Order: sequence, then structure tokens, then C-alpha cells
Amino acid sequence: MKAMFSKKTLIKLIRSNMVPLLFFVICLGGVVASKLSFLYIVNEIVNRLDRNLFLVLSLIIPVVAGMGLNFALVIGAMAGQIGLIAIKVWNIGGILGLFLAMLISVPFALVFGYATGILLNKTKGKEMITSLILGFFAMGLYQLVFLLFVGTIIPIKNPEIVLPGGIGLKNAIDLSLIQYALDNLLSINIVGVRIPVASFILIGLLCLFTKFILKTKIGQDFRAVGQDMHVAEVAGIDVDRTRLVAITISTLLAAWGQIIFLQNIGTLQTYSSHEQVGMFAVAAILVGGASVTKATISNAIIGTILFHTLFIVSPNAGKNLFGDPQIGEFFRSFVAYGVIALSLALHAIQKNFDANIRAESAE
Amino acid sequence: MKNLWQKLVDKYGYPKVFITILLIILLIIAIIQKQSVYGLLKDSLVRIGMNSVLVLAMVPSIVSGTGLNFALSIGIICGLIAGCITIEMNIVGLKGFLTAVLISIPLSVMAGYLYSILLNKVKGDEMTVGTYMGFSVVSLMCIGWLLLPFRNPEMVWAIGGRGLRTTITLANKYDKVLDRLITLPNVDLPIGTFLFFAVCCFFIWLFLRSKTGIAMMAAGSNPRFAQASGINVDKYRTIGTILSMVLGGIGILVYAQSYGFFQLYTGPLMMPFAAISAILIGGATARKASISNVIAGVILFQSLLTISLPVINRMMPEGNLSEVVRIIVSNGVILYALTRVGGNE
Repeated sequence: MKAMFSKKTLIKLIRSNMVPLLFFVICLGGVVASKLSFLYIVNEIVNRLDRNLFLVLSLIIPVVAGMGLNFALVIGAMAGQIGLIAIKVWNIGGILGLFLAMLISVPFALVFGYATGILLNKTKGKEMITSLILGFFAMGLYQLVFLLFVGTIIPIKNPEIVLPGGIGLKNAIDLSLIQYALDNLLSINIVGVRIPVASFILIGLLCLFTKFILKTKIGQDFRAVGQDMHVAEVAGIDVDRTRLVAITISTLLAAWGQIIFLQNIGTLQTYSSHEQVGMFAVAAILVGGASVTKATISNAIIGTILFHTLFIVSPNAGKNLFGDPQIGEFFRSFVAYGVIALSLALHAIQKNFDANIRAESAE
Repeated sequence: MKNLWQKLVDKYGYPKVFITILLIILLIIAIIQKQSVYGLLKDSLVRIGMNSVLVLAMVPSIVSGTGLNFALSIGIICGLIAGCITIEMNIVGLKGFLTAVLISIPLSVMAGYLYSILLNKVKGDEMTVGTYMGFSVVSLMCIGWLLLPFRNPEMVWAIGGRGLRTTITLANKYDKVLDRLITLPNVDLPIGTFLFFAVCCFFIWLFLRSKTGIAMMAAGSNPRFAQASGINVDKYRTIGTILSMVLGGIGILVYAQSYGFFQLYTGPLMMPFAAISAILIGGATARKASISNVIAGVILFQSLLTISLPVINRMMPEGNLSEVVRIIVSNGVILYALTRVGGNE
């Protein structure tokens, strides 16, 4: 009796975790095929968790609030980069500079998040395509500001970051003044694996914050709005305002996430560092088993580990299996897009299916 | 004055009015800068011809109710495969171009059919799903371009002899074969391409007035009502999607013959967005589109892009500002259109 019960739960467990399991198998195959040393892979995974997990976690709240996957994370990332550019101009480095950058990014992130929210409230039901296009649109505005306004309207003169003509920022900005500021604050070495404890503490705090806020009144509102906007409205929740709060929090977290990401990388690609942020974060959380309507902290952690394992091993695996590292690279971008497409399609099919059943039962 | 403005906006929609004003301002600046206006207009016409059929591909998809075809890249890829096959077979000139078109059609029909099966299951989310389906197919085909068994040394990488090149030149193949189909003395305009576009438009116009076309429009504009009156909505959505993909395949071949190159790998990734922006500027919405929207849109959008490049570069030699204008305008109009669609709820 007991054995049967556990078998049933096992099947249920497998079924509800199809996507992560599938990716676990792919990753395992990739790890074997890449012939990379285990220690190297573990080190890289830890490094990439440190870099990306904060960004991935910032996706959770909008999902809970029923706004789908926030592709406009890009906009938050831009706010973070504004903070980094500011500390570069003032030449304030180290951990102090890092926190200052975070502080400066706050007002920008709040304004951007609020504006995003207003637009998404106008396009209810089409949030994901809107946030995606909004991300592209914002990249245009960002380029306009940093190519044209810097040196003309915004008085930045520092020749280290401004183009020789005096107008516009350079393509790459060296961030060595804050590189590893957070990672090296407190870092320990366990059997050859370097662990940046301070960064993980910060990420842990974010997990606690996410857990905490979902338990408060506003968190309940997120859930209610996410489940059914009409019911929430009738129950006296200000739906539009709740959605605004959700997306603003997400944007702010993305700004900080991007700062943590770039302090690890050490160089700001002024016009391209933010480009892929939304897509990679979304793909990662989906690989971890999240969906358009459900995302948890463990989805984020598992997904980041699996998705980035694939990133680490796929060039080598492609080279060893097909004799061409490019195939591995194409494969991983296919995985990123493919998992998003699949997940969006499954969600839409489910929605249609439910709607049909409702329509039939109404008749 | 205010009345006139309101009237204009009501009649043509914000995007069209704004882009027209922007275009006029750019033209005035161009004249002040003493740029060759004749040259600018000629370049615009070339680019209008180049992109025309790709923009037309949006019409069947919008009219049949599947919205803006963000996955047009799938059709584009079919066209590119057909183009590569004709080069592999060494068919050149107009015959080569037409062979490529003929080969692309069955490929696009097949791809469009498969894609429409998915679309019919995700009603209401076609645009979101379509965008990422397009992205995934493009990235999957990146592997395909590396592995497909093409052998022609003009197409594959010189070193290793495997995998197609990122850009394949069409010189001596069918470069400008439509553009220069009809040449008048002293006039160097892509008349042939315009003629080809006109023929395509005519066929679509005719199709939309046929029994199938009218049923398709009915299915698109009010699916529930159409279903109730015995129209098989899914069937017409399928037809619309297939037609859109076929036009996408032909569209890229028209584009390539004028441009002179095939752009493989990530080349098709963002192409649907340009076509979408163009038709939206022309006054279409995610639910309504006509041939006149296509013509107006492609003229306005492509002239804007062509004219803004030299004009803005003269004003601001640093940076790539005209590219910035393109990004802002093209995504701005898509965003505007999305807010007009309104929510599902």
C-alpha cells in the first residue's frame, strides 16, 4: 500500500517537473560530451548563479500578479546602468561606489517601472508582447540619451568614457573600480570552489523579501489580481494600482540585479549589456519549471543552474559532437528562444482549453 | 486649425499623421542642407520596392484574424532556402529568380500549415507566441544553415567547405533582376519590382473579393458570428497564415534581388518587425488592414528610413543616430497599435 502510494507521488512529481527534468538530462549529456573538468563546471555555475540569480528572482512578483513574464526587465537593467555610469563619472569605487550606484538607480527604476506599469495596464492580456516591444523601444531611447544627450545636454566630460568627439558615451566602459566589490567582500574557498558569500547573502535577502512580501496584504492582492482581475476588482482591490506596484518592484530589482551582474563582469557594454537580460532571465526561470502564471524561488534557482550549465558546456559539447563549437552556441540560443516559445504556447493552449470548457458548460 | 488636426488624426490615425509630418520636416532639412533630393527620392523608391512584398505579407494574416504576423521570419526562411537551392542548381537570371519563387511556395505552404495548427490552438495569444516561435525557428535554422548539404563553393565557407556563409552575394546570379527588368533611357528606377509588387497586390485584392476571401474577412473580423453562421473559422485562419508565409517567402526573394545579398543565420530575426511597423504606419491595426495601408505604409516608413540617414548624419556625424530613429519609430508604432487593440478582459 505504502509502496504504491509513493510510486503514485513519484509519477506525479515527475509529471509536474517535466521541464526541469528534461533539461537536467540534456545538461547531463552536455556535461559528459563537453569533457570539461567537474571542478571547472562547478566553479562556473557558482559564478553564474552569483551573476544572474538576482535578475531571475526579480521576475517572480509580476508573474504572481498575473502580468506574465516581464520582458521589460531590460528597462530595469538600464536604470542600473545609469547608476553605474554615474559612479564612473564621479570616480567612486569599491563597495561604497556599488551601493551608491544602487541608490542612484532607485529613482530611475521607480519612474521607469511606473511608466511600464501604466502602459501594461492599457494592454491587459497582452502584457508579454507589450513588455517585449517596450524593451526594444526603450533601447532606442537609451541610445538616444547616451549617444546624443551626453556631452550636449548632460554635462559629462570625462574623456575616459566619452567618445573622442565629446558627444556620446563609448561602447565599452571599464568598471574595474567596482569589479568584484561585492564578490570579494566576503568570499571563501571550499575544496577549490570559490564562493562569494556576500553576494549570496544579498540574493538570500531578496528570497526572504520575496517570500515576506507575498505574505503581506499587498502580496495577497498580487495573488488575487493574478488569479482573476474581475473578482479582485469586485472584492475592492485597486487592480491597476496593484499591478503598478508589482511591475515597479520588479523593475527596481532588475536594476540592482544588473548592477550585481556587471560588478562581476567588470565591463559595461554601454549599448548592449542590457539587450539580452530579459530573454535570458525569462528562459532561465522557465527551464526551472515556472510558467506564465506560476513562478517560485526554487524555479528561479534550479532554472538558473540548469540554463547556465547548458551555457557553460554547449560550445565544448558542440565541438566534440559535431566538430563545430558554433553548433553548440546556436543550440543554446535555440534553447533559450524555444523554451520561451514552448512555455507561452502551452499556456495559451491551456487558456483556450479552459475557455472552451467554460463556454460549453455555460450553454 | 485644431479642428483640422482632429479631423486628420481621426481619418488617418496618429502614426500616419506623425510620420508624414516627420518626413516633411526631414525633406525640408534635406533641401536646406543642399542634399540631392532627386537622389534621396530615388533611393527611397528602391527601398520601397525592396520591402513592398514583405509588408504585403501582413495583410492576409491580419485580415484572417491572426493579428500581426510576428513569425513572418518562418516564411522568410522558406524563401531563403529556395533561393539557396536555385543557386546550388546554378540557375541564374530571371529564370533563377522565378524558380526560387516557385520552389519557395510549397515550402512556405507547408511551414504555414504547420504553424497555423499551433495558431489555431493559441487564439488570443498569437502575437506573443508568434514572436517567440519566429525567434526559435530562426535560431534552429542557424544550425540548419551549418548542416544543410549545400556544396556550391560560392555559398559555403571557403575554409572547411561546410556550412553556408552568413551573406551570400547574388552578383552574377539574379542581382537586381527585377529592378532592371524594364529600363527606360536616363531613368534608373526599379520599375520591374514595382510591377511585380503591383501584380502581387492585384492577386491579393482579387483574392479578398473572392468567395474564400470574403469568408476569410468575415472569420477575421468577428469569429463568433462567423462560426455561428457556418463559417469554419479555423480553416480560414489557416488559409490566411499560409498566404502570409507564401508572401513572406516571395517577399524576401524580391528583397534579396534588390539588395544583392541573401542574409542567412540571424538575418531574418528582426525582419518581421520592420514589415509590421510599415503596415501600422500605413494605417492598419492589428485587426484591420488593406492594400492601401500597405502601399502608404511602405512608402512612408521606407522613405523615412532612407531620408533620415544622410540628413541626420549630416547634422550629427557622431554615433549612429539614424539607427536610433529607426528603433524608436518602428517599435513606437507597434506599441501604439498594441494599446489600441485593448485588453482581452
